[in-house]
Amino acid sequence: MKLRALILGVCSASAFAFAAHAEAITIATVNNGDMIRMQKLADDFTKKNPDIQLNWVTLEENVLRERVTTDIATKGGQYDIVTIGNYEVPIWAKQDWLLALDKLGPDYDVDDLLPAIRGGLTVDGKLYAAPFYGESAMIMYRTDLFEKAGLKMPEKPSWDFIGDAARKITDRAAGINGICLRGKAGWGENMALLTAMDNSFGGRWFDEKWQPQFDQPEWKKTMDFYVKLMKDAGPEGASSNGFNENLTLFQQGKCGMWIDATVAASFVSDPKNSKVADKVGYAIFPDENTDNHGNWLWSWNLAIPASSQKADAAEKFIAWATSKEYTELVASKQGWAAAPPGTRTSLYKNPEYLKAAPFAEPTLAAMTAADITKPSVKPVPYTGGQFVAIPEFQGLGTTVGQLFSAALAGQSSVDDALAAAQAASVREMTRAGYIK
Amino acid sequence: MARAVSTRTKIGWTIAAWIVALLIFFPILYTIITSFKTEPEAISGFSLIPSGTLESYWEVQSRYNYFQPFMNSVIISVGSTVLALLVGIPAAWSMAFSPGRFTKDILMWMLSTKMMPAVAVLVPIYLLFRDWGLLDSRIGLTVMLMLINLPIVVWMLYTYFREIPGEILEAARMDGATLWGEIVYVLTPMAVPGIASTLLLNIILAWNESFWTIRLTTVNAAPLTAFITSFSSPQGLFWAKLSAASTLAIAPILIMGWFSQRQLVRGLTFGAVK
Repeated sequence: MKLRALILGVCSASAFAFAAHAEAITIATVNNGDMIRMQKLADDFTKKNPDIQLNWVTLEENVLRERVTTDIATKGGQYDIVTIGNYEVPIWAKQDWLLALDKLGPDYDVDDLLPAIRGGLTVDGKLYAAPFYGESAMIMYRTDLFEKAGLKMPEKPSWDFIGDAARKITDRAAGINGICLRGKAGWGENMALLTAMDNSFGGRWFDEKWQPQFDQPEWKKTMDFYVKLMKDAGPEGASSNGFNENLTLFQQGKCGMWIDATVAASFVSDPKNSKVADKVGYAIFPDENTDNHGNWLWSWNLAIPASSQKADAAEKFIAWATSKEYTELVASKQGWAAAPPGTRTSLYKNPEYLKAAPFAEPTLAAMTAADITKPSVKPVPYTGGQFVAIPEFQGLGTTVGQLFSAALAGQSSVDDALAAAQAASVREMTRAGYIK
Repeated sequence: MARAVSTRTKIGWTIAAWIVALLIFFPILYTIITSFKTEPEAISGFSLIPSGTLESYWEVQSRYNYFQPFMNSVIISVGSTVLALLVGIPAAWSMAFSPGRFTKDILMWMLSTKMMPAVAVLVPIYLLFRDWGLLDSRIGLTVMLMLINLPIVVWMLYTYFREIPGEILEAARMDGATLWGEIVYVLTPMAVPGIASTLLLNIILAWNESFWTIRLTTVNAAPLTAFITSFSSPQGLFWAKLSAASTLAIAPILIMGWFSQRQLVRGLTFGAVK
């Protein structure tokens, strides 16, 4: 008995001493399905790297952005790895807030990263963040409703076709809305959709001299089309609907079409949560005779803040979490359909993944079509597809989003909303020094 | 003279009070109900009858050890309240029984600090915490919440102390009581109901404080407010899990509020009815 107690004591003491020696890194992340999966599978990393201990801080997206910004700007050093979007990466890298990832290891195969995604995370030839998963936007539609209405989705649908089809499918007595689109105000909510939509209508946020373009015919056409379409074929209270609200409506069979992030495809085709899982078709983001399909491109990425004192351990973890081996680990534990999408070319060449994920090919097509260096058919002084990659966009995008959301709710006219958006943008861009 | 109130009026008021109370409580009730649903049930529309599954609670517990943020919440809220009372009781005593020329101004100034938006001082406070090594520490957060709630503590105690006749304290002094004896043996026992309601209200305020508790912590000192926010999702539906996390976070304070409602109501209505 005494011997057992002694052995137990020695074991506990050694475990304690070992834990005390392990280097602890703190990872700030968001509560997305793929991120949670990574957290659950992280044992694989700690087993391979027993000298590194992982602490997770999961925060709501906007809180995370604010917390991490405060910490990096004040050099607080609270985080060793941060989860950020491709909007922040180039801006933060230029401000020397992030460390370049140049020790990902020989097996990492950086050339396997999708070129569009890699390009958005590279500044002056250096990779400042590694993509964990990526997305573009596409049309998700109900094949049964299309068939019933005698419609066939074209290979490259135009907005005119989408408008006509949505009105034809709408059956409000049966609770079916022809189309569900984002209306909730926010730079990452309705403005993501409307910016991509305006790109596809041939518009842009700013001209080469940073003059806002809300007084131009393209924005007028975009907004008139959007507001009228949502009035005729959209759900009630659409001005409060964001990604999650539309996801619920679509999963419940209340939308004929939904144009949103490609990552939604894995949710709507999941029979556990979606009533229409076996009736979903996919098509590329519409255009308006421009061959511009919105250029929506987003990725959640792992980066190391410049204030981290444990950069080597952090980079080791990033290399593990964004590697091909990690994708295989997910597939072995939870099936290929659960593999983090939109980051590696090899995934889209994997026959097992293509078989398990019916949305794989349309996702790749959407991501390949997106070019954030040329978001509009007209010349622009900025990069970014569904956003403008300047620090002022968060605030300005949300202000404009509120004006457009009010127009959708019928609280103001499209013309008034556009005029107010133009005035607000000119004011902000002048204040920030873009307009001389 | 009290007015005679008819039985019908009484019943009417009782029903109205119940309706208002249920309306106010309904969001909390629905959160609790949703926590016992599966995710598909949670999104499938309004229903007051859950399937009774505990899977969201298991999921929440498997991702986050509830006990750690719970203990942090207890330590931070109780610690900051006790500290605030230690500072607030003597301050309120002096303001109530030996008011000076500027007492009213000081009281108003203290209250005015509550009107300032917290975000205005986020960066300076963050820098101070960084330099003093207080980021992600329970001590730092306890002191911070004490300072935030101190104006309310002083104001509440000042209001209660003003209700106590100064002659009683004078009598104690005449009998030879020292300042310490006067506060501890005469004033405090008489003000126990007021101190108790101040204590309870401040524990609730500190428990629910989310701006600083989320922004000044990461792992070690993160309380239940950080625990809840970790279940909010921008992409994907986690309503049942979020409801389970919220229920776990509010349950202790809800239970405490239930058992101490008499003191709370007394404290909040003190001086309102003469």
